[in-house]
Amino acid sequence: MTNHWIDIKNTDCALIMGSNAAEHHPICFKWVMKAKEERGATIVHVDPKFSRTSARSDFHVPLRSGTDIAFLGGMIKYILDNNKYFKEYVTEYTNASFIVGPKFSFNNGLFSGFNHQLKTYDKSYWAFDVDANGVPKKDKTLSNPRCVFQLLRKHYSRYDISKVSQITGVSVENLLKVYKAFSETGKPNKAGTVMYALGWTQHTVGVQNIRTSAIIQLLLGNIGVAGGGINALRGEPNVQGSTDHCILYHILPGYLPLPRASLATLADYNKANTPVSKDPMSANWWQNRPKYMASLLKAWFGEAATKENDFGYGWLPRGDVPKGLEKGDYSVMWIFDRMYKGQIKGGSIWATNPAQSVPNTNKVRKALANLDWLYFAEIHGNETTDFWHGPGVDPKKVKTEVFLFPSCHRAEKEGSISNSGRWALWHNKAADPMGDSKPMGQIMIEIVNELIDLYKKNDGVFKEPLVNLNWPDEYDAEDIAKAINGYYTSGPNDGDQVNAFADLADDGSTACLNWLYCGSFTEEGNKMKKRDLSQTPLQAKIGLYPNFSWCWPVNRRVLYNRASVDKNGQPWDPERTVIKWNGEKWEGDVPDGGWPPLATGDKSRSPFIMTKEGYSQLFGPGREEGPFSEHYEPVETPVSYHPFSGQLNNPCAKIMNSDMDKRAVPADPRFPIVLTTYSLTEHWCGGGETRNVPSLLEAEPQLYVEMSKELAAEKGIKNGDPVIVESARGRVEAVAMVTVRMTPFIIQGKKVHEIGMPFAFGWTKPGVGDATNRLCIAAGDPNTTIPEYKACCVNIRKADKVTELS
Amino acid sequence: MKICPAGINARGINHTGGNMSKTFFIDTTRCTACRGCQVACKEWQEFPANKTTQLGWGSHQNPPDLNPFNYKIVRFAEHKVNNRVVWNFFSDQCRHCVDPACKYPADEYKKGAVVIDEETGAVIYTDACKNLPEEVFVQMRDFCPFDIPRRNEETGAVNKCDMCIERVKANLLPMCVKACPTGAMNFGDRDEMIKLANKRLGIVKEEFPDAQLLNVDEVRVIYLISDKPEFYYKTAAATPKTIGFSRKDVLAKIFEPIKNLSKV
Repeated sequence: MTNHWIDIKNTDCALIMGSNAAEHHPICFKWVMKAKEERGATIVHVDPKFSRTSARSDFHVPLRSGTDIAFLGGMIKYILDNNKYFKEYVTEYTNASFIVGPKFSFNNGLFSGFNHQLKTYDKSYWAFDVDANGVPKKDKTLSNPRCVFQLLRKHYSRYDISKVSQITGVSVENLLKVYKAFSETGKPNKAGTVMYALGWTQHTVGVQNIRTSAIIQLLLGNIGVAGGGINALRGEPNVQGSTDHCILYHILPGYLPLPRASLATLADYNKANTPVSKDPMSANWWQNRPKYMASLLKAWFGEAATKENDFGYGWLPRGDVPKGLEKGDYSVMWIFDRMYKGQIKGGSIWATNPAQSVPNTNKVRKALANLDWLYFAEIHGNETTDFWHGPGVDPKKVKTEVFLFPSCHRAEKEGSISNSGRWALWHNKAADPMGDSKPMGQIMIEIVNELIDLYKKNDGVFKEPLVNLNWPDEYDAEDIAKAINGYYTSGPNDGDQVNAFADLADDGSTACLNWLYCGSFTEEGNKMKKRDLSQTPLQAKIGLYPNFSWCWPVNRRVLYNRASVDKNGQPWDPERTVIKWNGEKWEGDVPDGGWPPLATGDKSRSPFIMTKEGYSQLFGPGREEGPFSEHYEPVETPVSYHPFSGQLNNPCAKIMNSDMDKRAVPADPRFPIVLTTYSLTEHWCGGGETRNVPSLLEAEPQLYVEMSKELAAEKGIKNGDPVIVESARGRVEAVAMVTVRMTPFIIQGKKVHEIGMPFAFGWTKPGVGDATNRLCIAAGDPNTTIPEYKACCVNIRKADKVTELS
Repeated sequence: MKICPAGINARGINHTGGNMSKTFFIDTTRCTACRGCQVACKEWQEFPANKTTQLGWGSHQNPPDLNPFNYKIVRFAEHKVNNRVVWNFFSDQCRHCVDPACKYPADEYKKGAVVIDEETGAVIYTDACKNLPEEVFVQMRDFCPFDIPRRNEETGAVNKCDMCIERVKANLLPMCVKACPTGAMNFGDRDEMIKLANKRLGIVKEEFPDAQLLNVDEVRVIYLISDKPEFYYKTAAATPKTIGFSRKDVLAKIFEPIKNLSKV
């Protein structure tokens, strides 16, 4: 989140879209309720299904899965056509005024620079028109036809309301209802918040869904203000913590890029990844990246990391896929694709259940059996650890040698968890681990220590990355937390904790496992343990609670908060002040850079310090498929064309190809129904843990499919009937839940049905059903490779007999 | 555990003015049907789970009904009115009536089987209920306007919400109230809860003119609903027909089966 959970109560209008907030964040949903009760906020829920969130919202607007950009594009057009945008904010704080270079164009669904063979863009085509210093030229009147503002207007002028209605299945009346309500927050004293989750991210246009909402929030001046923001509702498995510490294939801790083979030295890496700006008003905070990278390397390799050996940069793996292996990247879909094709010998799976949670699960389950060896760290068996004796699998025919290391439960160890609001909260140990189970950190430390010994003993090939690790003997959560915060490795403060990331250096004198968390565990102690409710009266007005836990960066609760004030440092909305300049310093939240207000001249800095230019990005030149978003249909779609261009799907989408990756064609008569998949309040993700909690399984016992009464009538299905849902990839048995909460859509004049299924039910709990993901498509977003769980095409029929349900 | 000793007539005491008795206020307009209350109750009581299924049922309401191992069930009721979908949630439980009808048949058979705690007003089914003949249990259930009492066929115990009386006596909140994240579940001294209920009613009525509090004077579990009671559950509200028996009526109703019993 740019903001945080409590701040939601400060909003005038919450747009909950791509999220079922009440069901998946039931406790934090109380802040939405407070906004409604205490501020009279309007709560708008846009989602294919009427859910428990919809029941508590002011109104619910159903839309077809995968048409969010069409919906939001229409809103952008509405905001511009009706002058609902916050003019001063847009002019001064966004790149609306930037002149775009002559090579940029857009035609029939494609931006300039597209390589049809590689299916990627040459982003240099989208560069700005710059002056001699490389600083973008600007037109603050916003009238130059090549300025971002005019190009934005032109781009979304195609999203007129009748076209949007046709393709989304949302009535014009409902579109206007949402557009009107939300665009009201463009006024300086109004704030609107966007709350989203996997309903937006799990699409082949996932990142662009969010980009579109960012454009809207910037036009309305809702970034940096209380009750505003782009607020991702992160998942229960510490998704925020996971992404912060980069348990992701393409980045290093602190969102640093993974090195590439072409960047042989640290200097090469820094040159390629460190933005340079000659604009004196731009803080260009990522210019500090070399300090964070050097400190990370120093923390990893300790004494072995020296200036002479680039602090061990040469010992890091590279993000390129070697020749001979299936191309792509190291994301989970590609890993299972290579595994399926026999290109991987062995590996480990920690705390995740891909034989349940990864799409095209039939292929995943087959792939696992191709491995020679596989080990897990898990709290108990699940569909992945037990794949070798799953339904239809003869253990005698599976060659894989499987090991299961028993992990203790998270309540049996201390540690931290980061919530959606970037707050890192320490939790204590509640009970001792059962039996021989251990924390996963301990398991990993022991395994790596064994490997280090073996490499030393046998003088293994390229042993440096392992034997040079600054590696503990035992797992201690607070020790790791201290290293994450960072410490001095030399000089007068040698051994002390670093106070803040501004103190990190690129010369090896500091070590830091994650610059974002610098400040979380200083010489004053473990800030993540703080539970102090005190705040100043100004802070109390918006519920800032700066002394409760610790958040990154540097305990700043509302990001980009210098956009919440005018050039004199005075808040647009004094009633909901985030920061304000009192003549000498800032009061309220930690300012997003302590520089004085813009009106003071060159001692100040532009507010969006994480961009090279210091301005927020209506035009975003860094994304894989374009600087503006564009509606593309999901890879499997019930339509064969859409009204915005001739480009049906995302041209850069990452799609798996194998004999098991069968796909429906557009408007496939075999699979005319749209399937969306989701989670439950009562079950957690793939359900491995919660299906073993009796009171939770009692509340949600079995795999169901929510469908409209109209569809049920067409298919002769009654509520409670067993049914079979089928896609090009597999079939799943489920129980029909016939409900008024699902409604058929009228898309391009034709009736299109949508159904929804949870994915929490797996065969290790007999009779409850098995992986919904056997239906889903292995196709992903080009920026993140997140799979398109939220939209694929299926058919449904009543089942004569079932074997997965009892 | 301080419970009204057998023999002392705690019935008929109207606690509406008193500070000592407790009351729940359940604001259904804040409920998201998260099932925190349902699961927390069960976990606290350490009850086993029932085997539930979607086959032939197709609903989020699981278990389908109150039973010896679920004192609290969230009931789901969906409707489409004027093309608008409405989904009402009703976190059902014993109302701890001020003058509980279920107590009459129990008293006639064995005084002290059902008791009212003097301090809180909690209506408690004791172990002595295990020995109540089936006919008496049937009457207890029939007389309850809200269809609450359930019998454990194996042990004979008659089950329902006990107001987490051990927790309340230790100055803790009932488990369902503690678990509720949105403020749908509230619990406290009766006059405070009634004040809160009326405050919320006033606010909710602005958006939902048909909003009402259910059976305020008769129960210690006051529901605020924004829609007709039958759009939540058939026994969400007690009607004049189902509650407020005159003592004479009730005694008349129960004498007959007792007459039969005496022949056994």
